[in-house]
Amino acid sequence: MNLLIQASYFLAAVLFILGLKQMSSPVTARRGIQWAGAGMVLATLVTFMSHELTDNPQAMTNYILIIVAIAIGGGYAWVSGKKVAMTDMPQMIAMYNGMGGGAAATIAAVELLKAQGEVAAGQNTNALLGNVGLSAHPETIAQAMGIDITILAILGAIIGTIAFSGSIIAWAKLDGRLNTNKLLPQQQLINLVLAVVLIGFAVTVYFTNELMPILVFFALALVLGVFITVPVGGADMPVIISLFNALTGLAVGFEGYVLGNAAMIIAGTVVGSAGSLLTHLMAKAMNRSVSNVFFSGFGTNTAAAGQGDESGGSMKEVQAQDVGIMMAYASQVVIIPGYGMAVAQAQHKVWELTQLLTDKGVKVKFAIHPVAGRMPGHMNVLLAEAGVPYDLIYDMEDINSDFGNTTVTLVIGANDVVNPAAKKDPSSPLFGMPILNAEESENVIVIKRGRGTGFSGVENPLFLLDNTRMLFGDGQKAVNELIQAVKEL
Amino acid sequence: MIEGLAALYIFMLAGFTGYEIISKVPVILHTPLMSGSNFVHGIVLVGAMIALGIAENTTQQAIGFVAVLLAAGNAVGGYVVTERMLEMFKPSDKKPANQENK
Repeated sequence: MNLLIQASYFLAAVLFILGLKQMSSPVTARRGIQWAGAGMVLATLVTFMSHELTDNPQAMTNYILIIVAIAIGGGYAWVSGKKVAMTDMPQMIAMYNGMGGGAAATIAAVELLKAQGEVAAGQNTNALLGNVGLSAHPETIAQAMGIDITILAILGAIIGTIAFSGSIIAWAKLDGRLNTNKLLPQQQLINLVLAVVLIGFAVTVYFTNELMPILVFFALALVLGVFITVPVGGADMPVIISLFNALTGLAVGFEGYVLGNAAMIIAGTVVGSAGSLLTHLMAKAMNRSVSNVFFSGFGTNTAAAGQGDESGGSMKEVQAQDVGIMMAYASQVVIIPGYGMAVAQAQHKVWELTQLLTDKGVKVKFAIHPVAGRMPGHMNVLLAEAGVPYDLIYDMEDINSDFGNTTVTLVIGANDVVNPAAKKDPSSPLFGMPILNAEESENVIVIKRGRGTGFSGVENPLFLLDNTRMLFGDGQKAVNELIQAVKEL
Repeated sequence: MIEGLAALYIFMLAGFTGYEIISKVPVILHTPLMSGSNFVHGIVLVGAMIALGIAENTTQQAIGFVAVLLAAGNAVGGYVVTERMLEMFKPSDKKPANQENK
């Protein structure tokens, strides 16, 4: 039986790795997740037969509890995952990720409490034996569990708990339930102190056998996760979610070692390293370092910087009819979508407009900035949902040299990713971030809800350029007007 | 059980594997891949089941129950959203079946 279980875990690990590998190409991606899914089902089913479960005197109760918990947790996730709108995907990923981190942390909690209980139970016997100079029972948690296992259990607990409470905050912020970046004055200093105290309690847990330090330890980790995430600006959210994803993977890997479970070690570590690299790539695309994201509230204290004091003009409004004509007779139109398109659910209308223009012989391309939207690839997902084929969609490096040949660039709900200040103005908080060179095209049309600044709170000089026209309004409504305008021609 | 040094090798090799997988991914797949890797660490469900399985008193059972609940949410939710995202990717030769929006 044990051999069957181990072989199944091995196969599951292989399926996870092959599945992730296939997910790295759009052609095989769907098969990839299905393979990984098969691995998960297999691993879950054989675990029901493992001796840890069957040997326990409480086995019957525990089996029922397991099945009920899977039904509730899985059922909730199934329903919410099926009905969530594509635009809300980032916060759902944050939520599910938080659950994984929480699960890793609770596994550590069970292990630590179990060891603590054993040590405490052995105390009385020790007192008797101590009189004759013997010590039959371990006196600390570390002695009960073993040095390596205790250390990894505690590390996994810290990481998993922070990923849990941090992800919940990330979810609340993206879902619009939490709109503050400020919690306490001197937040960074408080976080530092809190982290030091947390490490102090981690050491205490290691060297003692009391219940209280364990409880305080988990409570502190929870609070730290909240404190770390609240000050993070909205524009940095994707980086944070990706980071928490990597951290959860790592925590799962550590707890896998604690439980002696190879499938957890492999899957967790693969996700930990893959997630770290992904986080790094995202941060690089935004010209931010990961520590930067953590230790400065972007868009909170920098809003005043980079204000357009050289005032290159004013915003010039335009009517949809004019834009329709402009686009219908263009040779090439490039569409730059941003989060505004997601909010307005305009992706279907955008594709309709694209088809109309293509029928008129206009070449239409989509330009996607690596961090457009709330996550890398967020826009690709939305456009794919609307039915836009992925070969019309271009990455920044592939299209940036093409803006010079473009008659009209249509910016829908994007702001920071087309802000030329990132190239020219060293005082701008965006300075150094690679952007889409929209300003190089003959005409730039910006669809925008209002005159305010974008997510990061930074002024955009692109809106003031001579070749830029503003089309104010909700994304979906504005694109609808464009469709009508093109149809009427 | 996996002994210390063997585990260290597993950590190292799995780490490089994860790095290799991600390093060649086009931007278009970053979100689905993050979601997919989010699903993969749902394997924590196996650990949660064991943690609840070894529980001997009510406190441990309660915490273990929460562990399984959360882990199942991670695994199932991660799968559902990743699948939904990936089923939408198609090349232009296949005409989208449904143009109607909403």
